[in-house]
Amino acid sequence: MPTNSFLGVFAKSPLKPLEDHIDLVDQCSQLLKPFFEAVIAEKWSSAQSIQQKISLLEKEADDIKRDLRTSLPNGIFMPIQRQDVLSLLTQQDKIANKAKDISGRIIGRELTIPVAIQPSFNAYLARCLDATSLAKVVINELDELLETGFKGREVDLVESMISELDVIEDETDSMQIKLRRELLVIEDQLKPVDVMFLYSIIEWVGDLADIAERVGARLELMLAS
Amino acid sequence: MEIIEAYGTLLILTAAVVGFLMAWGVGANDVANAMGTSVGSKALTIKQAIFIAMIFEFAGAYLAGGEVTSTIRKGIIDSGYFVDTPELLVFGMISALLSAGIWLAVASYLGWPVSTTHSIIGAIVGFAAVGVSADSVEWAQVGGIVGSWVITPAISGFIAYLIFMSAQKLIFDTENPFENAKRYVPFYMAMAGFVMSLVTIKKGLAHVGLKLDTTDGYLLAFGIAAAVGVLGRIAINRIKFDQSSDRSMHFANVEKVFAILMIVTACCMAFAHGSNDVANAIGPLAAVVSVVSSGGQIASQSPLASWILPLGALGIVAGLALFGHRVIRTIGNGITHLTPSRGFAAELAAATTVVLASGTGLPISTTQTLVGAVLGVGMARGIAALNLGVVRNIVISWVVTLPAGAGLSIIFFFMLKAIFVV
Repeated sequence: MPTNSFLGVFAKSPLKPLEDHIDLVDQCSQLLKPFFEAVIAEKWSSAQSIQQKISLLEKEADDIKRDLRTSLPNGIFMPIQRQDVLSLLTQQDKIANKAKDISGRIIGRELTIPVAIQPSFNAYLARCLDATSLAKVVINELDELLETGFKGREVDLVESMISELDVIEDETDSMQIKLRRELLVIEDQLKPVDVMFLYSIIEWVGDLADIAERVGARLELMLAS
Repeated sequence: MEIIEAYGTLLILTAAVVGFLMAWGVGANDVANAMGTSVGSKALTIKQAIFIAMIFEFAGAYLAGGEVTSTIRKGIIDSGYFVDTPELLVFGMISALLSAGIWLAVASYLGWPVSTTHSIIGAIVGFAAVGVSADSVEWAQVGGIVGSWVITPAISGFIAYLIFMSAQKLIFDTENPFENAKRYVPFYMAMAGFVMSLVTIKKGLAHVGLKLDTTDGYLLAFGIAAAVGVLGRIAINRIKFDQSSDRSMHFANVEKVFAILMIVTACCMAFAHGSNDVANAIGPLAAVVSVVSSGGQIASQSPLASWILPLGALGIVAGLALFGHRVIRTIGNGITHLTPSRGFAAELAAATTVVLASGTGLPISTTQTLVGAVLGVGMARGIAALNLGVVRNIVISWVVTLPAGAGLSIIFFFMLKAIFVV
């Protein structure tokens, strides 16, 4: 029975799906840690099953993305710009895509990380994943931002978290430079094609932190408008 | 004259039955709008909402419903035109009730958010202007009423904005939101209590037999407000809160405090709704009764018969008790991100606006006032997403309801005339 209720004016909130989405995305990218452990131990079957989990989570995140896009028609009035919500979502989604690409490429070539660069690589990966975790925490502040009407102390707090994200991203940049230098030293002992792919894997892992930073930047823009 | 003498009792009975049914419809359907915000933000369960609504709708209708009733009864049409043909006024008022009732039934079946107030005003204007004479309508009054429909949502939106911003300043954007919530929320409760009791004292107690002078009235209202605040404070202190001090839990605790506040504003809203909307059902009935019981005299001074307001109040409660449950359940689900702190701002603003308007006798639309208040909170960036398409539909329904109510009442008017005046 349809009712003549005015409560239809309350539309579905885009904030909860955004939070759910980044939670999945973060779960998905955090799986890279056990994935690379398996890769380094050359346990290819368990690496493969983790890779499948990653691509499954990426698909789930895609579903949320699609739902949110269709549930945000024009004519929704929100405290934040509709365009900002959509581009934030796009950025978040890229993290999961990147995680999927990295694991897929490694599995596809059964590419291992050379022993000499393993310590640096693990530290680098962990730091990049710190960035995606922090992005998750930042996005989960959307609830509190709504509570405070997107202004005041809460905004300051979120902005400080976003600048921390910038700091982490800077760190990963210098870690990347160091890692490349280490790889350069041992380059001659490896197959040239593997080396090329290693460089691109290093770059992609760095992209995780890059995109996480961009998520923060989008949110900052959202708060500024 | 003969018609009234011959069929007087029958006419009163008809009007009473139709009026009761209309009040019943207001209770069954319209109350969902008044209570939906509280249920939607999970501050009240459906049972609690119905219980509160039954008490406060009745109180509002009985204690503060008189002014709007008298506007509908004698403010819209110039009774001078009916001195020689009082039966036309009786037929007209019955047709107005019938048409408004049918229009509401159709609209709720189709899911259109129409307003009871608009249908009854449209119906009364319709029969008077077409069935009798365009001059028999007090156009200045009608203009004022229609104007109020535009102005009251704006006012209530503005009040909601201010209330929400004040809550942000005093509570949310502070070092310790939870402590500040405990400190300031009782004042909002007192404000709700003050508005409610002031209107009751100034407008309602007279016909119950109590008459207070202005100073006493204000003092009593202040006293009641203070009592509400103190009781609220006690209730807040008795609730157990999650002690973990992380910031997001802080807001969860703050919302718990606001949930208690929402119980008070829900009472206020039910009271306001009763005081304003009971007249839609019983205003026309009151007109019929006063004409018939005076034997066809159009006496604009005659007081409201004492059984009419309670009848309307009972009708609302009956509708609530029988159908309110189902209606509120269907709407209470599926509201996301409406936390008590937003719901309270919207409800308190809407209730204040409606109660004040009822005090001046203006029949306004409770629903539109609430929509205005919700938009006000939205403007303050307090609500995650509002569907402007629905707002547009509501606005369209105002416009459509007036001619629809008028058209139906014209048809009924000529039918009744044909039946009784042979």
